Amino acid sequence: MSHHNENIAAAHGHEDHAGMDKKGIWRVFFILLALTGLEFLIALGFVHHWGIIEKGAVLNTVYIILTLIKAFYIVAYFMHLKFEKSGFIVCCSIAFIFIIYFIILLLIEGEYLLHHFQSHPLFPHS
Amino acid sequence: MSTTTVSQLDKVKDGPWNGGKSPWNLEYGKIMMWFFLVSDAFTFSAFLLYYGAQKFAQPTWIDADKIFQSIPGIAESGQPLVFVGIMTFILIMSSVTMVLAVDAGHRNKKDEVVKWMLWTILGGLCFVGCQAIEWTHLHHQGFWFGRNPGTGLEGDALVEALAPYFTKDISYTAALQFANLFFTITGFHGFHVSIGILLNIIVLSMTLNNTFERRGTYLMVEKVGLYWHFVDLVWVFVFTFFYLI
Repeated sequence: MSHHNENIAAAHGHEDHAGMDKKGIWRVFFILLALTGLEFLIALGFVHHWGIIEKGAVLNTVYIILTLIKAFYIVAYFMHLKFEKSGFIVCCSIAFIFIIYFIILLLIEGEYLLHHFQSHPLFPHS
Repeated sequence: MSTTTVSQLDKVKDGPWNGGKSPWNLEYGKIMMWFFLVSDAFTFSAFLLYYGAQKFAQPTWIDADKIFQSIPGIAESGQPLVFVGIMTFILIMSSVTMVLAVDAGHRNKKDEVVKWMLWTILGGLCFVGCQAIEWTHLHHQGFWFGRNPGTGLEGDALVEALAPYFTKDISYTAALQFANLFFTITGFHGFHVSIGILLNIIVLSMTLNNTFERRGTYLMVEKVGLYWHFVDLVWVFVFTFFYLI
């Protein structure tokens, strides 16, 4: 029981040192909204409607970068990770090295399958 | 004998890792929620990565602009991305109301916690509803687990059935993989949202029962908040990989 109380005390101490006020919350919301809006502007406007930009690797990179920025704002501010102790931040984020490795691994594998084991019928689009 | 000098060994160690207190200054349950979310992120990464690997392995793929074109009740086709835009906005909005609930919990304001939790639950329900409409629409078009509009057809009929969804070459396998992965991944995400709504309702009723008031802390709101933001985070990635790329 005393352990439980200590933990609650820890949580109380924790709210003192940092965090976001209401203004900060809405600021992050508008950043997320603006980034999403930008994605829509590119996808609907520049690509679909006006046809200025073509779909491809460059555009996909832009989308992924915008997504990662959004992910950063959600994790850092909404999930409050930025205000935790650095040891905890490292503890939670270091495991994603494996995901980076996994991305490289699977995409290379996919490329290989495309060129070496492609046996499904293809029909040209009229 | 002098008593003022203390040997190095006898000094009381009071660093964060020397016991007696939480080294990360975090409550146990919150740390466990974080670790669960990290593992859950791995599950979603595996799903999305398999989607990426399939896309790389197929010479052609379904065009997102062509398959997601309807706004239910307004336009049957010709409006790519608009409906999913509304869904994304709903989920971001409900994430914000969740942070506001957590913020109110920090200040021990029960009424505000209740208000923002209600908005969050409403947002979650709207999102799941939109998801259901989207699934129904695709199901009517002939997409489902292991099935696409070309299933059971051959030759010209097959090409004709699948042509509306492709810009480049047409492949039955690619359409099938797309259908399987779309329903699996958005389904798994929708399942998470549903669980999140359930957790939010439980926490809301606990708030109304004054459980947290008596406990002296609204930490539980913070924990379900973490889960709820994670659901939003996953949607950001699902949205990019299914709808944009």
